[in-house]
Amino acid sequence: MPTYQLKVNGTSRTVDVSEDTPVLWVLRDHLELVGTKYGCGIGQCGACTIHVDGTAMRSCSLTLSQVDGKSITTIEGLSEDGSHPVQEAWKEVDVPQCGYCQAGQIMTASAFLESNPNPTDEEVKNAMHGNICRCASYTRIKTAVMKAAENME
Amino acid sequence: MSSNKTNALSRRAFLRNSSLAGGGMIIGFNLLNSCKPKVVAEPAIDLASLDYNDFNAFIKIAENGAVTIFSPNPEIGQGVKTSMPMIIAEELDVAWKDVYVEQGILDTENYTRQVAGGSQSIRQGWDALRQTGAKARHMLVSAAAARWGVDPSECTVSEGIITNAAGETLGYGDVVNEAAQLEVPEEVELKKPKDYKIMGKNAGNVDIHKIVTGQPLFGLDYKADGMVYAAVVRPPSFGHKLVSFDDSEARNMPGVIDIVTIGEKVRGLLAEDPSFSSKISSSDKVVVIAKTTWQAFKAKDAIKATWEEETPMESTEQHNKILTGLLDGNKFNTMRSDGNIKKAFAEADQVLERTYESPFLPHNCMEPMNFYANVTPEKVHLVGPIQTPAWKAGLVAKMLGRDEKDILLEMTRMGGGFGRRLYGDFVIEAAEISQTINKPVKVVYTREDDMEDGIYRMAIKYRIKAGIKDGKVTAYHLKEAAVNDNMYGLIPNFFPAGAIENYQVDVANYKSNITTGAWRAPYTNFLAFAEQSFFDELAEMMEVDKIQLRLDLLDKVKPEDDERIQYSPDRMKEVIKMAVEKSGWGTKPSNVYQGFVNYYCHNTHVAEVADVEIENGNPVVKKITCVVDCGIVVNPLGAMNQIEGGVIDGVGHSMFGELAFVDGKPTANNFDRYRMIRMKEAPVVETYLMENEHSPTGLGEPTLPPAGGAVANALKAATGNRLYIQPFTKTPELLKVPEKEIIG
Repeated sequence: MPTYQLKVNGTSRTVDVSEDTPVLWVLRDHLELVGTKYGCGIGQCGACTIHVDGTAMRSCSLTLSQVDGKSITTIEGLSEDGSHPVQEAWKEVDVPQCGYCQAGQIMTASAFLESNPNPTDEEVKNAMHGNICRCASYTRIKTAVMKAAENME
Repeated sequence: MSSNKTNALSRRAFLRNSSLAGGGMIIGFNLLNSCKPKVVAEPAIDLASLDYNDFNAFIKIAENGAVTIFSPNPEIGQGVKTSMPMIIAEELDVAWKDVYVEQGILDTENYTRQVAGGSQSIRQGWDALRQTGAKARHMLVSAAAARWGVDPSECTVSEGIITNAAGETLGYGDVVNEAAQLEVPEEVELKKPKDYKIMGKNAGNVDIHKIVTGQPLFGLDYKADGMVYAAVVRPPSFGHKLVSFDDSEARNMPGVIDIVTIGEKVRGLLAEDPSFSSKISSSDKVVVIAKTTWQAFKAKDAIKATWEEETPMESTEQHNKILTGLLDGNKFNTMRSDGNIKKAFAEADQVLERTYESPFLPHNCMEPMNFYANVTPEKVHLVGPIQTPAWKAGLVAKMLGRDEKDILLEMTRMGGGFGRRLYGDFVIEAAEISQTINKPVKVVYTREDDMEDGIYRMAIKYRIKAGIKDGKVTAYHLKEAAVNDNMYGLIPNFFPAGAIENYQVDVANYKSNITTGAWRAPYTNFLAFAEQSFFDELAEMMEVDKIQLRLDLLDKVKPEDDERIQYSPDRMKEVIKMAVEKSGWGTKPSNVYQGFVNYYCHNTHVAEVADVEIENGNPVVKKITCVVDCGIVVNPLGAMNQIEGGVIDGVGHSMFGELAFVDGKPTANNFDRYRMIRMKEAPVVETYLMENEHSPTGLGEPTLPPAGGAVANALKAATGNRLYIQPFTKTPELLKVPEKEIIG
């Protein structure tokens, strides 16, 4: 099996996996980073969202060659201690119910706010529309994203 | 203190514990010297390092005053891991910020009803949890009083500090050694709601830090030494049975350790305990064992299996005809009958009869089904997300021919359940696989497995008929035709039972080979829409006010004369009045179309008002006002989350949810073809909680059922069209707004 050099959360990691292994499963099963979640495997639910060079992407649909030489950030690396403004907002609003989709929601929201630090309500809804929350904590997700935007100012 | 002494003392302390009357619960203390007080958000101690023979209780207090409270029930997203310990902490009288919370393991000796289901954890745990905390407080105060040589009644407690009349203080940690030696009192006085310091205040989710930083919490995150992964090749359709398979390609794929078949153990279990036969296929299944999840998934796809039709392949089209046939027929079981509906209908001035139709629904928990099992000669270790751990431990023991004491079951946080994780067919599967391969293994469903091999909300049709005589509702007849199973428990005695003199509920079912089961708010998740749409239409026919019709009917209900009627007409009327006021019912501008619903289920009274507005020529659900009477609210922050989620879930599934079957197979198996409500479709939810001192009831389910009815009634106001079929998007022509409305 080929060997890949990955840069994950600022650290260089080497993995020995078959080339078709989605980045999601490399993170979860090879690098012990289980914060990134498996939801659908076809890029439809957003539970597996990570940042690749700062852009939110679906790790279940990314191959290793697509992230070659790029910098990956997972929920575990978003901040050292859970103090990223989006994480803080999630705590303040107490967003989660079951909590399973929330890492993906936070990764989508944090990348979005980097590109649009002062979003409107509609822009937040559009940005978050791709992430399913089965518990339907949508009201709080929107509130938390708006709050994070305020806190990031 | 030496570790020897610590262990000896903790064991003695536990030996002194006695079961509570009725609850069978135990208070225990342990000394955990290494444990410093921490806020709940910080990483917790290692559960696995504890000796569970000694730690089978709710409360541990260390000499340094650190308090750990074990939450007994499975956490499914309903918030009990936060709210149940809050109840104990309140009566124990400690500062919430100083409490550690840990998930208890399955322990049928010391905990009762370790179940996540029916919105019952808080309601049924209420008395026992309060007593547990209060008894511990009583013992701690008694120990302090004895040391001071004063009467316990002279002492007061606040946040873990005991104070005597002279103003001297002792912390709980100071007296825990003595307290643990005392007899557990039989029953102690509980706080008055006005004195609550923890309950009624907002408490954040105890797992929030772990959730937002991506730490391992869920079943899918669990790993153990030597663990391998299993992916299962399942029958492609309901009714299929495995004939043979070719695994030559799969065997040579990377990471594949073994390929085995399972099914024999399950069939043995079903022969012994047929009650589970409607929840799991008895066919052989092919199992790929691999080093990683992805390798198992890949190799599973490479298995070429041959199946035969053991029982006929069914379809939604066929179910529709069968259910209609049942409604038209006369093979019913009568669940409740008051007066004489036949006579009342014969004498009625007007009769309204309507039929309502709902589809199969998958649960679609975001965390696909999975479970870990390690079957060894010494014990059977099971870990994962399960709503009914005791039931599953019992079935696994029976299947493997083991003593139940051999089973160690640990519950992880669940990435949703909604009823799917009541069944635990995946637990049984994991145990059979581990037994077969003699290894620790985690079975993981793909999303496609999860949607195609579900235990679905069954398709149901309701037919409701009402008779009017002299301007009054004199007869009501509810008929249910369902796939597999009918409504149960007290549902036939919900409103309008007791309000209408001649009243009857009849049910019939058709046994299908498609597995079905509970889905968030079973039966009422659809019945509420049918009934409350019907009452709106009835009011229109009678030309009376829609709200007044409901209030007048509630006036007739006398629960004191009928123990089967457990809803309170008075509490319901209060909820209705509050919803009218808070939603601005009848006072909205002409571009806002409202729909009203009130409903009681899971012991909670709810009213909801949907606001629909027209945007770009289409009706859009903008807002739901939701008023809830669930008695005392333990954690308002968590309660509001459940309410908001339940409402939006109810809106989403009534608008979009449908799993159709063709040839025994669902026509969707992932989120590309199965539509879930998303951010842009989610209405604003405005929530009001009634304030009273009734004992608390649950919130995981009761706000979901009314939502579909509120939306349907508002859509009727906006479009002029009544909706009888869920999902509403199935009849797009009925969602069109008349031209004049768009222009207007």
